[in-house]
Amino acid sequence: MQKITCESLIEKACELIENGTVSRVIGWKKGEFDYDLTPAVFANADEIKKNFIYNDFSGANFSKYLIKETRKGEGKVLVFLKPCDTYSFNQLLTEHRFDREKVYAVGIPCEGMADIAKVKAAVGDGILKITSEGDELIVENLYGDVNKVKLADVLAERCVNCKSKKHTAYDELMGEDGEILDNNRFDEVEKLENMTEDERFAFWQNELSRCIRCNACRDVCPACTCEKCVFDNPKSGVENKAIADSFEEKMFHIIRAFHVAGRCTDCGECSRVCPQNIPLHLLNRKFIKDINTFYGEYQAGEVEGSRAPLVNYTEEDIEPNDAVKREE
Amino acid sequence: MQINNEFKPKIVAFCCNWCSYAGADLAGNNRLAYPECVNIIRVPCSCRVNPIFILRAFQRGADGVIICGCHPGDCHYTSGNYYTRRRMALLFSMLNYLGIEKERIRLEWVSAAEGAKFAATMNEFTEAVTALGENKRLEDLRCKK
Repeated sequence: MQKITCESLIEKACELIENGTVSRVIGWKKGEFDYDLTPAVFANADEIKKNFIYNDFSGANFSKYLIKETRKGEGKVLVFLKPCDTYSFNQLLTEHRFDREKVYAVGIPCEGMADIAKVKAAVGDGILKITSEGDELIVENLYGDVNKVKLADVLAERCVNCKSKKHTAYDELMGEDGEILDNNRFDEVEKLENMTEDERFAFWQNELSRCIRCNACRDVCPACTCEKCVFDNPKSGVENKAIADSFEEKMFHIIRAFHVAGRCTDCGECSRVCPQNIPLHLLNRKFIKDINTFYGEYQAGEVEGSRAPLVNYTEEDIEPNDAVKREE
Repeated sequence: MQINNEFKPKIVAFCCNWCSYAGADLAGNNRLAYPECVNIIRVPCSCRVNPIFILRAFQRGADGVIICGCHPGDCHYTSGNYYTRRRMALLFSMLNYLGIEKERIRLEWVSAAEGAKFAATMNEFTEAVTALGENKRLEDLRCKK
């Protein structure tokens, strides 16, 4: 269960909208089920009271929504940011993607969000209702069974390796601020690096060939904000799913990850939205890990205005031919 | 490409207009032989080489891709090759992470005065790619004849 309750967020949102501080609120609303919350924009207190939801499935990172929302209409936009969302928020500000004056950011604490795929793996399909109590989720299914799972056991991958509970940007903070955490987020990347070339190829062939090229990873990514995207170009050669072979997925995923290299805050949205459960964060983390090793520790979005490693250089940089680990 | 049952690789070389492209010219003037399978593409700066170019070269049947630019500090545009160096370090590392053979892709600094180095680099690189054989891991069947 989250430390901050849905009611307190609704109260805060209503208060700010009624006293005129903000004119719109970006929040979560119920989707078809309790676990597929949908991002939504609320324009008045009644709507908020009726539809606003915050629970263990409020994973969506709202930073990217600000780009479009701040360009519409008058007044400020209220946005609720979890600690990891504030990194994307800062990164977008660094890139001048939206007007800070038009945003009222409220930082909220986060206990980690649940991954519905893990819940389903634990209790099976046919879920009707999910409520949370203490550190447990209570799952009711359509056969009348009631199962309990610990939130800690069904945390999304990005939350298991949470990088920070500290907000890097906000106008107002609800609850308490946390600390930057030690994490083992590069463990899996290292595991892959220690495989042989053939094993790695087999691993990625298996993962990436599931890709259906829905572009959800691109659309959700707060670092992917180009208005004209290379993947929309019908002449790009990778604009649709190929039936013939696997080149397209490889090219798509290498380029997608490359385009956000050095700007990716490791928010993990790409893996969250992937309908095929491809571990896309492993591609992004490889870039982050390489950047840390080659050019020094860098966390995108930690400091507003910081210079991304790929638009910077030193005279002593590593030679590309030496960048790849030589196995003897 | 198989010719008389012998594997002949297809190599794409991206050469900077201000250094390696002139270096290739010098190699030719000096009658230094390098393999005919090397297809040179002239770019205004090694920094012009977008990662997509490299992947697309592989897609369209290249067995090896080599990028040649000015030595660090010698860039015609002051700093282009420094950016190339960072980008390519990450890209090469990523390609290898996906299981693509690391010998298929290389970056060399070749100046306009280094005709001999250009020829030697191409000979050596072609040899390494020939030893690897056909590019199977980044191929696009639609582009195969």
